[in-house]
Amino acid sequence: MSGPRSSVSSADMSVLTEPTASAVARPERRRQRRRAALQGWAFVAPLVIGIAVFQAYPLLVSLWASFHSWDGFTTPTWIGLDNFTAMPADELLVNSVKITLLFTLGSIPLTVVLALLLAVLCNRGGRISSSFFRTAYFTPYVTSIVAISLVFTQFFAPEGVINQVLGLVGIDGPEWLADSTFALVAVIVVAVWQGVGYPMVILLSGLQAIPKELYEAADVDGASPPARFLRITLPLLTPQLFFVLITQFILSFQIFGVVFVMTSGGPGNATSVFIYYVFQNAFSFGQLGYASAMAWAMFLFIVALTVIQLRLQKKWVFYA
Amino acid sequence: MTVLEKQTALPAAPGAEQGRGYRRRARRLSGWSFVRVLFMLALVVVFATPLLWMINSSLRTEAAIAADPLGLAGPRLELDNYAVAGEAVAPFFLNSVKLAVLNVVGVLLIGALAGYAFARMQFPGKGVLFAVVLATAIVPGIVYLIPQYALFQQLGWIDTHLPLWVPRVLTPVFATFLLRQAFLGLPRELEDAARIDGAGTLQIFFRVMIPQVKPALAAVGIFTFIESWNDLFGPLIFLNSTSLQTLPVALALFRGEFFTTVSTLMAASTLTVAPVLVVYLFAQRYIVEGITSSGVKG
Repeated sequence: MSGPRSSVSSADMSVLTEPTASAVARPERRRQRRRAALQGWAFVAPLVIGIAVFQAYPLLVSLWASFHSWDGFTTPTWIGLDNFTAMPADELLVNSVKITLLFTLGSIPLTVVLALLLAVLCNRGGRISSSFFRTAYFTPYVTSIVAISLVFTQFFAPEGVINQVLGLVGIDGPEWLADSTFALVAVIVVAVWQGVGYPMVILLSGLQAIPKELYEAADVDGASPPARFLRITLPLLTPQLFFVLITQFILSFQIFGVVFVMTSGGPGNATSVFIYYVFQNAFSFGQLGYASAMAWAMFLFIVALTVIQLRLQKKWVFYA
Repeated sequence: MTVLEKQTALPAAPGAEQGRGYRRRARRLSGWSFVRVLFMLALVVVFATPLLWMINSSLRTEAAIAADPLGLAGPRLELDNYAVAGEAVAPFFLNSVKLAVLNVVGVLLIGALAGYAFARMQFPGKGVLFAVVLATAIVPGIVYLIPQYALFQQLGWIDTHLPLWVPRVLTPVFATFLLRQAFLGLPRELEDAARIDGAGTLQIFFRVMIPQVKPALAAVGIFTFIESWNDLFGPLIFLNSTSLQTLPVALALFRGEFFTTVSTLMAASTLTVAPVLVVYLFAQRYIVEGITSSGVKG
């Protein structure tokens, strides 16, 4: 900002000394600035058009649709807040919210703790071994959730790999995907297995940024390994942990792929998570208005939760 | 390298007493690191098993899988499974490749233009626009999908490949963010020198700036490839014709129809995962750098 302002003042000074030169210079400068602005807008134009057409406009249509009864073919009819007031009485919806919360409660602590463990392990040891392990742990993250879910469908079969291994240690495994309790456990296992790589890399980058001198100083003071972890590592890692928590909440509310391929929401409705139910309403039951209302409700919930987390961060996140 | 390992690497500690103490501690520690490496290898097994099992089963007969689900006997090189799966999968594979190429090229171009503008150009509304771009990341995909379906219906795009690349190419949020970071890190002298030589803005962008951010471009390209390849919602919702379907979604939708045995299903799954795995293993460095710089600054 100081650049253009100082050049304006020098132009003003030149008015006093050299009036003819400034009369040429000022429009020239304005012309240049206008050209720069036009170029800038030209560079971002495709992005602006894309966001307007494919995100902003659909967002508004979705809001509009949430106040209508709409099957996607006939003319939508205005029904005010009916879509929203119908939600608490919709048992399948309440069930899907409950299951999504259970999934979140199961998957987030597991993911974060496992990611932290993997990151700490990868952070020690030489560069080559560390990059080997990191590559291995991250691999599931890039693989197609469809292929992975098909493999795990075989793993969780009654006579499948999981129960065979459990049988080796004398445990009689459940009928995972056919069991209304264990089906959700299976979904959590697959989601954690696939998703842990991303938070691990984020946490690892945080660990690598912690100055080694701090640990050397702690060593001199005779700090025990647990004390070093609790007093140095964890506090300095809170910015990354905060980022991981926010992204994991947003992701886990939107769990869909594993459920779609592995359980189709079953058995019964035991794994019918929120997005799966919205998806069914929109594209199987032809309830586009109601589905839009549910999608917007979730959007607002995520915004609220993120705002709360941003507020709470002052209490525990430590920015060095 | 940990502090203690560094200390053991010192040839001789200053005092003999002290040196012996260090050495004893180092020996205990290397015992520890042995346990640690074993533990880490065990975790590698946990993370690799499903993929290894998939590949192993794709190379066995159906009877062998039924008799020995764990597959500890190893593969039998039953390549017939791949003949069956390959024939069924080929058209979907080509659809996925086509869409991946369109998405990678498009996202790189549009994302680099926008990223450069946000990093280096002055234009009114820049700050607000960048905030809007970042804010779109928080909107759940499902909110867009329903009205997008209606929009594409009006445009006559349903059951074509257009909804699977045009929106993605024109909304490269992650690419814009990452490439803006990369351009911000370059010295201004580069552009100034080129400008003095009489280069125009487009020339500077393509000839001078783009070659400087190759690692970031690689990261964006790989991420876009993976995202495009693994996309589930898009093909599921916007396509009806079997012949247009992408590989992963075809695998999910037609598994019972095309692949009646576990072995052929696993061969098809392997073919679905293989392109991404190959790209990942060759370019995983860029992926890690990409994630790291998109995350939080420490």
